[in-house]
Amino acid sequence: MSEALLEIRGLTVGFDVPGGRLPAVAGIDLTLGKGEILALVGESGSGKSALSMSLVGLNRGPRTHIGGEVLFGGRDLVGAGEKELREVRGKDIAVVFQDALAALNPTQRVGDQVAEMIRTHRRISKRNASKRAEELLGEVGIANPGQAARAYPHQLSGGMRQRVMIAIGLANDPAVLIADEPTTALDVTIQAQVLRLLKRLQRDHGTTIVLITHDLGVVAEVADRVAVMYAGRIIEQGTRDEVLFDPQHPYTMGLLSSVPRVDGPAVSRLPAIAGSPLTGVARPDGCAFAPRCTFVHEACQKQTPPLQRRYAGEAHLDACVLDEAGRARARGALEEVAQ
Amino acid sequence: MSPTPLMEIEDLRVEFTGSAGRRVRAVRDVDLTIYEGETLGLVGESGCGKSTLGRAMVRVTEPTGGAIRYLGADITKLRGTVFRKTRADLQMVFQDPFGSLNPRRSIADIVAEPLLRARGTGRDEARKIVDDLLDQVGLGREAGTRKPHEFSGGQRQRIGIARALAPSPRFVVADEPVSALDVSIQAQVINLLSDLIRERGLTMLFISHDLGVVRHIADRIAVMYLGQIIEIASRDDFFAGPAHPYGEALLSSVPALSKEPRRERIELTGELPDPADPPAGCTFHTRCRYATDMCRTEAPVLREVQPGREVRCHLPLIPVKGTS
Repeated sequence: MSEALLEIRGLTVGFDVPGGRLPAVAGIDLTLGKGEILALVGESGSGKSALSMSLVGLNRGPRTHIGGEVLFGGRDLVGAGEKELREVRGKDIAVVFQDALAALNPTQRVGDQVAEMIRTHRRISKRNASKRAEELLGEVGIANPGQAARAYPHQLSGGMRQRVMIAIGLANDPAVLIADEPTTALDVTIQAQVLRLLKRLQRDHGTTIVLITHDLGVVAEVADRVAVMYAGRIIEQGTRDEVLFDPQHPYTMGLLSSVPRVDGPAVSRLPAIAGSPLTGVARPDGCAFAPRCTFVHEACQKQTPPLQRRYAGEAHLDACVLDEAGRARARGALEEVAQ
Repeated sequence: MSPTPLMEIEDLRVEFTGSAGRRVRAVRDVDLTIYEGETLGLVGESGCGKSTLGRAMVRVTEPTGGAIRYLGADITKLRGTVFRKTRADLQMVFQDPFGSLNPRRSIADIVAEPLLRARGTGRDEARKIVDDLLDQVGLGREAGTRKPHEFSGGQRQRIGIARALAPSPRFVVADEPVSALDVSIQAQVINLLSDLIRERGLTMLFISHDLGVVRHIADRIAVMYLGQIIEIASRDDFFAGPAHPYGEALLSSVPALSKEPRRERIELTGELPDPADPPAGCTFHTRCRYATDMCRTEAPVLREVQPGREVRCHLPLIPVKGTS
C-alpha cells in the first residue's frame, strides 16, 4: 500500500433505536493509502455506509454515538468541531451519494450548484466559478456541458445527474472522494461510463477513492484494495486479487460464489448463503457470521475473531478462526454445490 | 414433440399519454411466443418497456392494440367473470410485493386472497393450500399468522411468490423479483424459483435488468430497446455472442468478476433517446458503432436469422443461415 492518507482507529458508530443501541460499526481499523481505490463491500446493514458517513461527520446527531479516531492531515475528524468539519467536507473529502436526484437542489440549475460548491471553499468570482463549473461538467464526461449547466436536475437522465454529483464532489479537487453506491441506480451501459470516469480521476488527478458497493463485479473492475464488512466489522481485507480470487473468510467465499455471473460455466445451482445477516440490537458473542456459517465450531462462539494476518499474504487479513485445512474444505464445498 | 405455445403475442402495442399530451409508445411491434414449461428472460435497460410488456401480458396494464393469445384464445377482450377465471391462470410476482398490501392483514390472508377471489375455493381448502405453499417457499406454515412487517426483504419476496402461486397459475410474470435483495439472499430466491418452475411445470416471463440473474434462470432470452424486441435467442446462444449490436454492448458492459481485466469493452456513447420521440430508421442507430446510412433511414424488422434466433438488425453479428 502507498503512503497512508487517512487512518481509522477503533471506529464505532451506534444508533439509538427502539429497543437499544444498534452497533452499526462495531470497531474498525483501516488505513486509506494515497491514490488508491479502496472498495468497501458488504450487504445491507453491514455498516459500510455508516462507516463512510462518520468519516466526515455526516451522520452526527443526538441519537448517533461515534467513537474512535479518524486521523486525516494531522487532526482527528471524530473529535473535530462542526466548523472544522465543514471546511474538510467538499474541500479535502467529498461524498457522492447513490441517489443524485435527492441530493441535488431541484430548483437550482446544475451549473450553479457546481459553482456554489467551488465558491464555498475558494475566493473566486461568480463568473470564473461558472466557467470552472462548465469545465468540470465536461471533465466528468457530459457531452454538452454548456447546455447541461443551464438544466435543472429533473431535465437530466440518471447517468447525467450522477455525473453532476461527481462534478460537485470534484469541485475543489479533493484528496479523497467517498462514493456511496454511485452506480447502483444506473443501467449497466451508463455504469460502465461512470466506472471509467472514477478510474480516470484516480489516474489523472491522483484522487483517492473510497467506493462503497455491494456489487463484486464493480469491485473487480475498479478497486485496488478491498475490505469486506459483515455486521459492522471488517472480516477480510487485502488487495483486489487477494480478496476476490483467494478469499479466506467463508463469508467472502459464499458471497463470491452466490453472484450470478455472465461468464464462465453456467451453474445449475447458485451456492447461496443460508439465513440472513444480523440486523437487530442484540449481537451474540463470537463471530457474527457463525449462525450462517457451514463450518462453525465451538471456538467461533467464544469470542469475536480479530482481523489479522492468518494463512495468506502479509497484508491479506481475515477474521476467521478456521485453519488452513478448514478453509480448503470450505472452498471445496462451494465448488461442489455449483457442479 | 414440438413445444406447445402457451402465450402468443401478436403486434402488441401499449401507449401512454406523456407530459404535454405527447403519445409515448412504451411497447410496440411486439411479436413473441412463450412455450409451455419454458422461462423466457426479458432484459433491457430502464424505460425500454420490459415491465410494461410483462404487465400487459397479464393485463395488469391494458394494451392499446394487438393480440395476446393464451392457449390459442385472445384474452385482450375478455371481461367480467370469464376474465377473472382466466386471470387466475396468469399471475405476477413484483419487485416489492408489499408495496401495496395491507400491513394489518396476516400472511395467510394475503396469500389466500387470489385463491378465494378468483377460484372460488372454500376456506378450508384454501387454508390447506396456503399452508403447503408457505412450507414450499421455505417460510413454514407458522408464518401464516404473522404480519408483513415481521419479515425481511428476502422473506417478503417468498411471500409474494407464494401469493402468486396460490391459484396454481400456468403462466407467471416475475418483474425484477430479486433486484431489491442482497446477493446472498438473491441466490436463495433464485434457487427457490428454479425449484418451483421445475416442480410445478411453470411457464415464466422473467423480467430483469441483471443479465447474470437471467442467465441462471431463463431458457431463452429476449432483449428490448425503446419499446421493441430487438433480439431473441436461446440462453446459451445469447451468452456465447449476441446477434444485435445492442445485445453485444449490453453484455460487454456487465462488470466481470474475473481476474484478468476484460480485453475489450464496447462502450455505448450518448444517452438513451426519448421514447416519446424515437430516432428514425433503426432506433439504435444513434448509439450503434456499426450503423450505416441504411440504418438511419430504414427500420429493420425482427427476423429469424438462424433457427431459433431472431434479430431486428440490418447487419446482424452472426451469419444468416438455415432458415426457410
